[in-house]
Amino acid sequence: MIQVELDVNGEREALALDGGQTLLDALRVRLGLTGTKLGCNQGVCGSCTVLIDGKPARSCLVLAVGCGGRKIVTIEGIADGAKPSVVQQAFIETGAVQCGYCTPGMILTAEALLRRHRRPSLDEIREALSGNLCRCSGYSKIVDAVKLASERMPV
Amino acid sequence: MSGTAPAAPSAVGQGLPRLEVREKVFGQALYVDDLVRPRMLHGAVLGSPIPHGRIKTWDKSRALALPGVKAVIVGPELPAHHLGAFIKDEVALAREKVRYIGDAVAAVAAVDPATARQALGLIDIEYEELPAVFDVEEAQKPDAPLLHENYETYIKVFPAEFSGRNVLSISTVSEGNVDAAWAECDVIVEGVYESPAQAHAYLETNGALAEFDAAGKVTVWSCTQSVFKVQAAVSEALGLPMSKIRAIATRIGGGFGGKAEPGTQIIAAMLAQATGRPVKVILARDEDFTMMRVRHPAKVRVKTGAKKDGTLIAREFDATYDAGAYADDSPGVMGFGVLMARGPYRVPHVKCVGRAVYTNKLRTGAFRGFGNPQTAFAGEANLDDLAAKLGLDPLDLRLKNAMRPGDTWVGGQKVEACGLVECLEKLRKASDWDKRRKAPAASKPGRKRGIGVACLAHISGVLATSAIVRLLEDGSFSLNTGAVDIGQGSDTTLAQICAGSLRVPIDKINLVNPDTDASPYNWGTGASRVTYTVGRAVAAASDSVGEQIKQRASMIFECAPADLELREGGMVGVKGVPGKALPYGAVAGFSHFVAGGPIIGTTALMFDGPGFDPKRALLRGVPFSNLGAYVFGVQAVEIEIDEVTGKIEVVEVWSAHDVGKAINPQSVEGQIQGGVVQGIGYALTEWVEWDGGRVVNPSFMDYKIPGALDVPYAIHPIIVEHPEPSGPFGAKGVGEPGLIGVAPAIRNAIAHATGVRLGIMPFTPERLWMAMRGEA
Repeated sequence: MIQVELDVNGEREALALDGGQTLLDALRVRLGLTGTKLGCNQGVCGSCTVLIDGKPARSCLVLAVGCGGRKIVTIEGIADGAKPSVVQQAFIETGAVQCGYCTPGMILTAEALLRRHRRPSLDEIREALSGNLCRCSGYSKIVDAVKLASERMPV
Repeated sequence: MSGTAPAAPSAVGQGLPRLEVREKVFGQALYVDDLVRPRMLHGAVLGSPIPHGRIKTWDKSRALALPGVKAVIVGPELPAHHLGAFIKDEVALAREKVRYIGDAVAAVAAVDPATARQALGLIDIEYEELPAVFDVEEAQKPDAPLLHENYETYIKVFPAEFSGRNVLSISTVSEGNVDAAWAECDVIVEGVYESPAQAHAYLETNGALAEFDAAGKVTVWSCTQSVFKVQAAVSEALGLPMSKIRAIATRIGGGFGGKAEPGTQIIAAMLAQATGRPVKVILARDEDFTMMRVRHPAKVRVKTGAKKDGTLIAREFDATYDAGAYADDSPGVMGFGVLMARGPYRVPHVKCVGRAVYTNKLRTGAFRGFGNPQTAFAGEANLDDLAAKLGLDPLDLRLKNAMRPGDTWVGGQKVEACGLVECLEKLRKASDWDKRRKAPAASKPGRKRGIGVACLAHISGVLATSAIVRLLEDGSFSLNTGAVDIGQGSDTTLAQICAGSLRVPIDKINLVNPDTDASPYNWGTGASRVTYTVGRAVAAASDSVGEQIKQRASMIFECAPADLELREGGMVGVKGVPGKALPYGAVAGFSHFVAGGPIIGTTALMFDGPGFDPKRALLRGVPFSNLGAYVFGVQAVEIEIDEVTGKIEVVEVWSAHDVGKAINPQSVEGQIQGGVVQGIGYALTEWVEWDGGRVVNPSFMDYKIPGALDVPYAIHPIIVEHPEPSGPFGAKGVGEPGLIGVAPAIRNAIAHATGVRLGIMPFTPERLWMAMRGEA
């Protein structure tokens, strides 16, 4: 077991972890942050996306013990209390959510995109989301959500 | 029924956000893998390593010796039982034979998932391997290995017809006189069309959590399309009375038919019973790919004849569906595929035959479209070939022969509401069809552009459903149907129907989560049925509550109930007297003291519309007596082909659907767009590949479902509303149709762009490249 201190959604969590444990597993099983989803466990589907130091990362491919001192944000850390983020609100309004399983990863990927690029084109949005699979929506309404969120953000 | 109310109530027809959307965007939605119970164990399932064999010996001692392992179960330890939706040919864990690689043979419960899977490798099972067969034509040969030696003795829940080796079901539908009709035809086109196995690839794999209480009752939480099927299957497999089984639906990460029949629930329940502790079983992605079910590969021969002017005269259809090792939903899927084979056209002479055949591969079953995508690919490709031979525009040919209101489906079922012509006309305009068809301009040299079209029809309906609506003391309502929302948005749609019927805002409706301890019976989510069939039950139960509100209020107002009306916002008032009204809450309070408690409305129903007419048509071995309301649509796809690589890019899609009435237009659009993208995957990149009996691409790395860059943003849903007289507010289903016509539309667009008429899906770059060079 390796002792590590994780900074998750602004809270410091001291954990004793197995060296092989993924960040996904640590978040879900050890911290009860089940909003991050397991889809394929090999880094293809993007359901497990979290932000590490502001960048989207596949938590199923990241070892938890390597995350000490880095800022991790999960879907549970995006809203301001009960107030959804601009991106979350846009997902609510546009019908971008169906089964919801890809939604946390999609939202975090979109958050990261809009933090570095406030006015992406439709194609830039599609490109940014291309590593997150959705089996329900056909993507159009997810792209609409990100577009709407971008229009609502100050430049 | 409420559908006749003069003004549409405010809750109906609006693109309201999902009831559960906040929990989903906040990461608070609880799927089955998110649940944890005290002292919970983790289960895993061992699949057979060989495609066909007899089990000689089991030895679980090494697995049991592994620290952390709490139970190992093998087939003979379970009570004698039989499972299967149509034909009882399965057991939860193999007892004598295994029939495909992945066939469940043992289950383990351990302290964590890794230990459970490690233990699987320590279970020693000795097999006597038998010859296996992987191809439907080989399987029907007289000397082919026989998968089910005692097939004739199996319980079948419908009048099954079968003959021939490994053939589990044959369905025949015929009308008119096809053999004589060919002489009337000026042009006849015949072709063979093959389609592959498609995986559901929901992002959440199958899983379940089961826990027994001290009285011997088990609670099973799972991702399922029907809590009632879970209850029944656990009862069958474990030999427990249904009264000792409670099945609850969690949030569900997509289903598409792949969660229609129970599997992991039985494993979790048996492990919980064996250990006395809660057990959660979550399949890994490769396990889900290789142990659950996929769409039937099909080989279809179609022959269509027409007059010179394009009037369709006759169609013959002969299909073979690969069922894999167990029947699962095959008789239904195949039978429905056959029933859809004429297509939504006026064709007087039709003969359609299908057969489902066992092979030593993963079972095939329900998947969005339920046999219809295979049929539509064959039928609509064949029709395009016919249009080419006649020198007619393919959209004109469809328009000329399209069903109109009052026409009958093959089999004689009269169709009152049919907006197919309007779908065709709207699609033609929206897609600028005539211009794009005449002058397909590629974006750059080396590319070819084309546009293709395909019609579709489907049903919404099927089997039993019910609803309970309760007026609560404050004038809000509780709605309970047992129908599972698998992500498509039915909870919201049903709540809108309830709110609309009772003229209250949707936030006055509490939607009860499906739970066999509390919910009235519902067959399941599938067959594009929830909006239409469950919606009917909801509307009827709501109307019953409305009538009871009026009845109680009439005692207060001292007038006749007929003099009262329900008013927008949840008031009951005297007609023509605006000031004389009471909120529902006041009536609810009054009911407490005069009528034995709050008002309850209950409805149970099945599709009761016109059925098949035995005088008109011959139907044999079809496992349905009548189906439901027919739905219609048409889809056009524009593509561009890279001539160097053969790669197809989908440029734009138009998808027009008659949904009767869009209760929630945003959800309708979402169903259409999502279906279209699954259809693009089916046509271009998705197929389960076997090497012998082994699935070789059981991962998202090797099985390619479309991503955001693989499909166009421009997928245009076109909603057409021809009210279905029997539907809630005129609505019918749209869950499956979006997928059905996409593959043939793409195939027909390829023909438009290149002249190549492909007969085998998927349309991979290699296949198209070869065909463009005449090397098909």
